[in-house]
Formats: sequence, C-alpha cells, structure tokens
Amino acid sequence: MAKANVAPITLPSYQQERIGSQIAETEKIVAARPRVLTDVVTNYCPGCTHGIVNRLVAECINELGIEGKTVGIAPVGCSVMMYDFFNCDMIEAAHGRAPAVATGVKRVHPDNVVFAYQGDGDLASIGTAETVHAATRGEKITVIFINNAIYGMTGGQMAPTSLPNQVTQTSPYGRDVSKVGYPVRIAEMVSTLDGVAYVERVTCDSRAHIMQAKKAIKKAFQNQIDGIGYSLVEVVATCPTNWGMTPQDAFQWLRDNMLPYYPLGVYKDVVADGFANAAEAALDRAKDCPIAQQKKEA
Amino acid sequence: MANNNAAQERVLMKGNEVLAEAAMRAGCRFFFGYPITPQTELAAYMAKKLPLIGGTFLQAESEIAAINMVYGAAAAGARVMTSSSSPGVSLKGEGVSYMAGADLPGVIVNVQRGGPGLGGIQPSQSDYFQATRALGHGDFFMPVLAPSTVQEMADLIYDAFDLADTYRTPTMILADGMIGQMMEPVLLPPERDPESLPAKPWATSGTRMEREHNVVNSLYLSPEKLNDTNHERFERYAAIRAKEQRAELMMCDDAELVVVAFGAASRIARTAVRDARAKGIKCGLLRPITLWPFPEQAIGQLIDGGTRAFLSVELNMGQMVEDVRLAASGRVPVSFYGQTGGVLPTPEEVLAAIEQAAATMERGE
Repeated sequence: MAKANVAPITLPSYQQERIGSQIAETEKIVAARPRVLTDVVTNYCPGCTHGIVNRLVAECINELGIEGKTVGIAPVGCSVMMYDFFNCDMIEAAHGRAPAVATGVKRVHPDNVVFAYQGDGDLASIGTAETVHAATRGEKITVIFINNAIYGMTGGQMAPTSLPNQVTQTSPYGRDVSKVGYPVRIAEMVSTLDGVAYVERVTCDSRAHIMQAKKAIKKAFQNQIDGIGYSLVEVVATCPTNWGMTPQDAFQWLRDNMLPYYPLGVYKDVVADGFANAAEAALDRAKDCPIAQQKKEA
Repeated sequence: MANNNAAQERVLMKGNEVLAEAAMRAGCRFFFGYPITPQTELAAYMAKKLPLIGGTFLQAESEIAAINMVYGAAAAGARVMTSSSSPGVSLKGEGVSYMAGADLPGVIVNVQRGGPGLGGIQPSQSDYFQATRALGHGDFFMPVLAPSTVQEMADLIYDAFDLADTYRTPTMILADGMIGQMMEPVLLPPERDPESLPAKPWATSGTRMEREHNVVNSLYLSPEKLNDTNHERFERYAAIRAKEQRAELMMCDDAELVVVAFGAASRIARTAVRDARAKGIKCGLLRPITLWPFPEQAIGQLIDGGTRAFLSVELNMGQMVEDVRLAASGRVPVSFYGQTGGVLPTPEEVLAAIEQAAATMERGE
C-alpha cells in the first residue's frame, strides 16, 4: 500500500486505550475513520448520502481541531441516531427544534462550537419558525441541511422540498402545486435574512461536488469559530430507497431534476461581500434607517 | 443586588417579579420566554435584570422555541427557566416531555388564566390536570409547587431549582393571575453563586478531550431499554413521592370536615374555615403546597385522626378533587365547590359550601 505523507494521528487520551494499540506508531495512515466518528454501524440505507455528509462534517471537526468543544444537535428523521455516530457531545432534539436547542447551548457556552444537522421535513416544514428565527437572531451556529426532497424515516412522504409532480406516498398522483403549493427553497430564503453570514448550496453526486461540499461545511464551522454569524449549508441529497431507484439512478435524477430547481452556489457570504461579520452587513443594508444605525452602549 | 445573606431584605413586590428575583437568587442566569398575560411582569423583570448580572434573557419566537432553548441550556448544564400562562404552557408540552425523557432539570412557571382555548386573562386553577398528570405525551410526572402568597413565590421557586437538579426533572411552579399580580411584603432569599452549584457531569458542554462524549437523548429504539429507562425514572418518582410531599394544615387537630384548597383558592378558604369555626363547625384547612406529589400522606393521617369528610375548593370545575378522592380511597366522602373564568368565590360562598358539606356529613351521607 502506498504511504502518503500524512502526519500521524494523535489520539485523544480516552481513545488511545481503546484503539491506539491497533495503529503501529511507525505506520502512516492514508485513510481512516475521522476520530470524531465512532465505530457504530449507521442505520443509513445503502447508497444514502447521509453517510457522506456525516463523514464530511466529522472530517471538518477533526481538521479544525474542535471536537473537544463541539456540541452537535441531531434532528428527527433518518439522522436521528447521529448521537451514536459522533464522538463529540451530542443532543437529540425534538422534530424541527434543533436551532432552538442549539441556541440554548450556544447562549450558555459561547465558546462551544454548536452545529445542527437537519433534514428537509425537520428544517423546512415543522421547524421553519425555529430555522428562520435562529438565522435572523444571528445565532453563531452552523446548520447542515440535507435536502433529499422526501421524508425518509417515515417511508417516503411528500416533503416541503419535494419537486412539482414528484410522486411520493402522500402525493401518489404527483405533487400538485395547484393544491399543495411549491417547494420551499431554503438557501434562497435564508440568504435574505439579516444575521446570516453564509449560505451555500452544495451536493455530493461526484468527487468534485463532494470536495466543494466539504469546503462549504468547513467554512460554515470556521465562520462560527470566528464569530462571523449564522451559517447554513444546504446539501442536495438523494434517497434511493424512497425514490425507488438505484443509487446511480438517484444521482442521475438529482442532476436532471433537483439541481435545476435547487441551483448550487453561494447565496450569501458577508465576508466575500467585504464585511467583517453578519452584523456589519445588516447595518449596511439598513443604512437609511436612523434608528437601526444607533450605536448600542456596551 | 447586595450579596448579603445575613441581612435579608424585606421588600414590597409583585408576585410575578418575585418569581423572577428569587429565580436569579437561586442561581438561574438563563430565561427564555414568549409574551403572554398574566405573567408579563416576570419576563419584563428578567429582561431588565438578567443582563446586569451576566445572564441571558431571550424572547423566543414561540413558546415551543422557548422550551426547546430551555432544553438546550439545561443540556449544557445551566440553571434555566421559562414562564408562561395557560395557553402558552400547552405549547410547551412537547418540550417538557422531551426534558422528562432526557432527564433534564429546568423550571417552568405557569401563571394560570382561565380556559379552555384562549379562555380569559383572569386568575384560574384550571391547569391542575395538565400540570399534575403530565404536561406532554408519554409516562412522566414532574414536581409541581403551588404558591399561595408572594412570599411563597420566592420560597418555592428557590426550592424548585434544587428539586429539578436533585432529581434531574423539569419542575413546575403552578401560580395564578391573582398571586402573580398582587403585591405583598416578601423576605427575599439569599443569593447563590451559579459557580457554587453542584457539578453536572452529564452535561453536553464539550468533552474538552477529557472524557467520553455525553449524549442527551430521549430515544430508545430497543423496547427493553425504553422500558428499563422508564422504570428507573419511576423509581426516582417514588423517591419524590416519599420525600417531597408538602402541605400546610390549619385548625386540623380536631377537624371533622377538612377543606382542601391550594394557591389563590386557599386564601379564600382560609377565611371561610375561620368563619365556620366561629359558627361551631369543627373544620380545618389542608393546603397542598406540592400538587405533585399530592400530599396523600396528610390526607391519610387526617382520616386516621378522625376526619370524616373533605371538601375540595378550587378555581375550576373540579380537578384536584380527584386526587383528594384517590388519597381518601373511599374511606370518607369528598365533595367539591368551585368557580371558573376568574370568578372568585367570596368567603361567604365558601362558608355556605362548608355548611352544606358539614350538614351532609352529619346526616351520614
């Protein structure tokens, strides 16, 4: 096996006893499970993209060296068991309430790095209010939003992000927009809110896209570490099981239908726009409003 | 605020504000809430005072968000509370169930108004069932403390935080619009430094790479695990039932008829019981201070000591009366008198109910 020039992994003390003996000190690791992932077998279906995104989040946490101060909030949905997969402190939230729970944690421990990981039903339907208000409060948290256009855990019901005419268990004749309305476009909506530092929509159907997704997730964590503001990364994802497709066909359907409806790209980045943080960007947006410009006494 | 335990301050304050002040003195530094009458003064007081002592007041977008912020802050190890009134407390039911399921401590204040639905904004005790029978889905209870004076607003919320931490459970103060809005002199409790409180090694505040990761969770997909967890929690409930029942007894030593009333209703009943004594009726007052656990030991002891009937007086259509009947276990008759919607009975009306209950008792019915 080729040995790449990779720095040896330093295991946290509590892990050394458990798995340290398995790694010869002279070996160089070219591929390993990120430290912050446990060895618990996930509940994700074969071909599901949750596994990829879980891993990206874990890699970012490890690379930023923040696992000791990270607190993750798991949603209700297919990723409900994330508290078993991650080695950092984890909280299981009620359906849709992860941003409110994250708010509670972050307000108590501003030095913690707090992330919420939520699916489309959780974030864009039952938890829309919590999503909008955590964003507009400018909570310094990181939100990873998995948009696979369906309710996975409950067996394939219509999601707030299901596409027009998409057939699901609860839209058996296809999503009829004249009766049930249109998909919620979260990246677009959240990017309009003051308090938001960064919103990017990514996907994970190819190596290049996965690398871009990781870059976005890492930036969303870095923004929190730097106190820049609320960050959200929307990951356009697949659900082969409930879409009734092979993983390969699911990726093709994603490219053919999801990406035209949910275009990839950066929807908001206050730093790229030349601001120090979300607060400064919000102040600039309201530059013609005198009361909004009043300086706050410390 | 002076940190002087020796010289406790006696001040004239409104009940709702006392809840806030005493909570801060108990070491609470985090408040999440949503506006609703008649608990408004509590949140306003917190908004003003908490930032001055390094705390956080946050007005949430909904009662649901507020209780979930409490869930997060409690998971992070803080002393934390929320307050609301009846319709808002219904919305908190989901979060309180999750707190119970995840064994998270926290204090929920309900300054009750009339219901159901939007009801009214006048004092009521119609959330007794909601508070004592589990505020959300699933098998759980929580300690419920019912103040009847402004002084007790201070004393009971102070204790509520300790109860919550000791038993790792959400804990409720069940007040009402009357006690919340009235002013009385109060001796404020001493201040406790949040740093001096017992550590919470289970809290999710980051591993600091010094321990295994903590998980705050209420999901158990294994039926056996969920069953075991529920049984373990009910062992804690049994300990609470055994150790934490509280009630005040007045004129009960030789009482044949005992009026049972809590909170605002007990203030009216107290006068009526004295008036009944003046008329020669051997009656007394049992005032539950803990509604859960209900003071069933006191009921049993009264029956053992010769009490022949109970009359439950409530500001609702008859809720606590069911607990009085359960505690009496059919040994003696239990009757009820109540009004709703903010209609407060006069002492004379309660006296009339006592006289009627006494007459029924004498007829042996």
